[in-house]
Amino acid sequence: MATLLIAEHNGTELAPATLSALTAAQQIGSDITVLVAGAEAKAAADAAAQCAGVSKVLLAEGDSLAHDLAENLSELVLSLAGDYSHVVAPSNSVSKDAMPRVAALLDVGQLSDITAVLSDAQFQRPIYAGNAIATVTSKDATKVITVRAAAFDKAAATGGSAAVETVSAPAANAASAWVADELSESERPELTAAERIVSGGRGVGSAENFALVEALADKLGAAVGASRAAVDSGFVANDLQVGQTGKIVAPSLYMAFGISGAIQHLAGMKDSKVIVAVNKDEEAPIFQVADYGLVGDLFDVLPELTEKL
Amino acid sequence: MKVLVGVKRVIDYNVKVRVKSDNTDVDLSNTKMAINPFCEIAVEEAIRLKEAGVATEVIAVSVGTSASQEQLRTAMALGADRAILVESEDGAEPLNVAKAFAKIMEQEEVGLVILGKQSIDSDNNQVGQMLAALTKRPQGTFASKVAVDGNSVSVTREIDGGLRTVKLELPAIVTTDLRLNEPRFAKLPDIMKAKRKPLETKTFADLGVEAKQHIQLDKVEAPAARQGGVKVGSVDELIQKLKDEAKVI
Ligand SMILES: Cc1cc2nc3c(=O)[nH]c(=O)nc-3n(C[C@H](O)[C@H](O)[C@H](O)COP(=O)(O)OP(=O)(O)OC[C@H]3O[C@@H](n4cnc5c(N)ncnc54)[C@H](O)[C@@H]3O)c2cc1C
Repeated sequence: MATLLIAEHNGTELAPATLSALTAAQQIGSDITVLVAGAEAKAAADAAAQCAGVSKVLLAEGDSLAHDLAENLSELVLSLAGDYSHVVAPSNSVSKDAMPRVAALLDVGQLSDITAVLSDAQFQRPIYAGNAIATVTSKDATKVITVRAAAFDKAAATGGSAAVETVSAPAANAASAWVADELSESERPELTAAERIVSGGRGVGSAENFALVEALADKLGAAVGASRAAVDSGFVANDLQVGQTGKIVAPSLYMAFGISGAIQHLAGMKDSKVIVAVNKDEEAPIFQVADYGLVGDLFDVLPELTEKL
Repeated sequence: MKVLVGVKRVIDYNVKVRVKSDNTDVDLSNTKMAINPFCEIAVEEAIRLKEAGVATEVIAVSVGTSASQEQLRTAMALGADRAILVESEDGAEPLNVAKAFAKIMEQEEVGLVILGKQSIDSDNNQVGQMLAALTKRPQGTFASKVAVDGNSVSVTREIDGGLRTVKLELPAIVTTDLRLNEPRFAKLPDIMKAKRKPLETKTFADLGVEAKQHIQLDKVEAPAARQGGVKVGSVDELIQKLKDEAKVI
């Protein structure tokens, strides 16, 4: 039994989600190889080699691996998968794109977004926006798995000294080409890695008003999040959406302002340690999951909080 | 160019699902069912391509029980030209669904497949990617913009850090994200007309697909409920609680 863990990284550093997925991999079995793929990823591979419990690191660098094109990344993983019983990745927009391709090419099923490892074949995963938890067993020889990072503690990034081996990058798929990125630039912590999150919903009313949410976030060193309604209305960028179909977060503190608490939003944040909700409607469903609820107008509460903290 | 769209019958997104008391599955008896919201967006996008003269025919395909005919009729009321139901038990596995779509894609000589990025019941987010791999065609997942231009399609994708645009040669597979479009509602005369549109029924065997079991469902449980919290009366009280009780600031 051996596991291939596909790292999430930015070329120089591992994403915290990689360390959470490493914990899941350690619960599956002890022989863990980490694959670090990208246009340039040497520094990230060196970081992976330092992680506790990693036996080997494979580094694949090449133009075909720039921009995370799933057609190319899945070919790379497929070419390595034969040596492993488990192929694991943290759940993110790259693995969601590429891993089902790997599974299909191996003619196996995929276990998406696991939240618990019960054995090397049995896992738990949320279904119905987290309103039910399924226990599932994979019948396949190779188990292709994505891991919900928020459900696992981070493994130690130090203590290991694995060897880094180079593997070749696949040829680029001629039918798929990268054109452009429009990435959000922000000095604030990344949503899925943040210890604190301040989120705004439709109640915030406009992109300008979101400055109130941002001011509190900055005071707390927090990331900014949003409901779908806030994103759809153009108050903030799409990558700030928290929920069933956005980012899944579980920070120590999640503060929701002007968010009603629809099933789909709760699916993304209800595992946060402490939840604060501010809403002018005392019947808002968000209060059912909030540890501390304050019925009030966010336009009064937000500035007062920011000032007094 | 023919456009194929996927339509899955799922619980209505406003309904909170209950788990069966014997923990074998969720309880969908007497539950309001609907088209998976992401599939609705896929249908809408395909219809817009037809209205723009890009698509010549829109074929809606569902893999599911015969009850899924209802959602296929809705898709035709919205503007799909015809429908194919691949009859299967409830909860067909993504890989088997993808294999069925691959066969239909080949038989129908489809130029573009548009599927929802995930269904709100199983939350797998797999079929489109699997279909692309099986047919060796490129994919544009989590699309917030789709523009067909001659033999290729540009897809703007919602990714973790923002947006990314890729260009794919046709035939290609696109999966929809929430902001691709706002689906229309079916009008009564169109609902009547849809009853006369062709709906063909097939089985996995008809398509030459062997539906294997890859993932076995052992148990379904309700998630741990959160302890009810308290209401605070003022910002000062909130700050005090966060500092002294929760110790998070
Ligand atoms: C397939 C699908 C997927 C979805 N995925 C997601 C997802 O990933 N994430 C997500 O968030 N949603 C998602 N949704 C949408 C979800 O169903 C809700 O529509 C959305 O979460 C509502 O956002 P909201 O709470 O900001 O808006 P609303 O529900 O409109 O709530 C606004 C709240 O603000 C309060 N308010 C207004 N003004 C003030 C004020 N001045 N002070 C205080 N409170 C105020 C109101 O009382 C109200 O409770 C999805 C929906 C579908 C169909």
